[in-house]
Amino acid sequence: MNARLPNPVRAAFEPSNEDDGRVIVNIGPSHPATHGTVQIITELDGEKVLRADVHCGYLHRGFEKECEAHTWHNLIPYVDRLNYCSALINDFAYCGAVEQLMGIQITPRTRVLRTLLSEYSRIADHITCIAAGLMELGAMTAFLYLMTLRDYIYEHLADLTGARVTYSYGRIGGLARDLPAGWLQRLDHILSVEFETYVGRIHGLMDRNRIFIDRMRRVGTLTQAQAVSYGCTGPMLRSTGLARDLRRDAPYLAYADLDFDVPTGILGDNYDRYVVRMREMDESVHMIRQCVDLLPAGPINVDDPRCSFPDKGLVYGEIESLINHFKLVIDGPRVPAGETYLAHEGANGELGFYIVSTGEGRPWRVHCRAPSFVHMGATHLMLEGGQLADVVPTFGSVNMIGGECDR
Amino acid sequence: MDTGWIDRLAPRLEAALAAVPGTAVQRAADMPVVELPAAHIFDAARTLRDDFGFVMLVDVTAVDWLGREPGRPRFDVVWHLRSLDAAERVRLKTRVDEAAPEVPSLVPLFGSAAFMERECHEMFGIRFAGNADLRPILLYEGFAGHPLRKDYDIHHEQPLVPYRDGVAPPRSRGTP
Repeated sequence: MNARLPNPVRAAFEPSNEDDGRVIVNIGPSHPATHGTVQIITELDGEKVLRADVHCGYLHRGFEKECEAHTWHNLIPYVDRLNYCSALINDFAYCGAVEQLMGIQITPRTRVLRTLLSEYSRIADHITCIAAGLMELGAMTAFLYLMTLRDYIYEHLADLTGARVTYSYGRIGGLARDLPAGWLQRLDHILSVEFETYVGRIHGLMDRNRIFIDRMRRVGTLTQAQAVSYGCTGPMLRSTGLARDLRRDAPYLAYADLDFDVPTGILGDNYDRYVVRMREMDESVHMIRQCVDLLPAGPINVDDPRCSFPDKGLVYGEIESLINHFKLVIDGPRVPAGETYLAHEGANGELGFYIVSTGEGRPWRVHCRAPSFVHMGATHLMLEGGQLADVVPTFGSVNMIGGECDR
Repeated sequence: MDTGWIDRLAPRLEAALAAVPGTAVQRAADMPVVELPAAHIFDAARTLRDDFGFVMLVDVTAVDWLGREPGRPRFDVVWHLRSLDAAERVRLKTRVDEAAPEVPSLVPLFGSAAFMERECHEMFGIRFAGNADLRPILLYEGFAGHPLRKDYDIHHEQPLVPYRDGVAPPRSRGTP
């Protein structure tokens, strides 16, 4: 193909004509050094970044448009693919929003199981972020240690859900299936042996490592006022010293029954974001152990014909259940007309679903408030004034997940 | 979840915004909803930020009501605000017509508005007066139409890279 393709983006600034040493350097969207598919257009003076213009959207696939053409149930695999590092949190936030609009109270067992699995996913997500960030600094050993640990978690989640990354495990009004035999024993082993081993090695390798601290301390700093104004949530906000966490401030699922700390940073720089994530993983382990102790017996799906599928044996055996199954598959669950917004504390920040129903089996509108996208709006603040070599580690510490950011 | 704060907050919002003509405060199950004319959005958002502590703009989006109710303005523009001190939220809504889909930009109040307004602008064609940077963010330069509008065909394609010779675009039909 010889014809030149049109440039898909327009930079916010032009190269200057004066001989002042400033150059425009385009980073990404697809380069081995970039952390994900993102394009950053920078204006440099030597190696100092004067201005940065962040362009996302290369993974845009029309998620919200596609949602309007599918039933409420059929969206669950789609929401999995938003933040694919912690897909279960997406599942539960979306199902929670639909349940809120339908006025459904999930069963006590599902409430605790969703909490447990959300925290388990948070560990996997933080591992991914820290591992990739360390690799970008050249710490390949740390990356491989953490990926080993993440793979234990993924394989363990595959035992439960049948998939390693995108689980489709949430259901409106419940979960896809209950825990298999021996799952909690393996969980305990992963948390007390594998997690302690590998995360302990990362603490030993990184926490007081002079090279690491020199690269991370006072790099990519975000002030608390900037973080609030630019809508930063999650570890980004907490690293600036503001202990705001939806699990604590507006407890959902079983978080009101759990004892946990909200770790914060001091300066809002890359190092603080690393420390906050490492501390949050410890808190998640603490929460998971409490959830295991709290976990009540009982059903996982609510008994509500509007959303819950009838038992397969009944579908084959009696006409009412067959019709119910058929209507749920073809027409979708009837969600009462109205609108609602529900936010869960995702691994990256406030993951919100704003859903609008007209009373039909398909949504009128599904909007995902993606923390990664909002954080991209603040990223230029962290890059400007820094060094070119710090662009990628700083960007990595935001943990922008393309699937969620670009939807 | 405790929802008593909604009943406590809604009357205070009503009192504070009573002077704004055309304002209605409802108590939805998730948060109070303030509906008001587009011209007053900026002042109302400033009041909410400065007097009620809603210091974080968490979301900007729109809903297209094409063909649902005759005579209704086509778009709802929706803002979600969050207070960090009290864990309270509020939803701001305004209706805008297809002929003049324009609302004031909240960029002077909230830094987060810049990116979210860019997305809402490209997806729905809502103009945010005062936002100087409404370049595409998830879409690309030259994209025609606004894909989240209900009259944008879901199968319509605008590939930047042309299809190879002899390969027909799959199911491509309609125009934006």
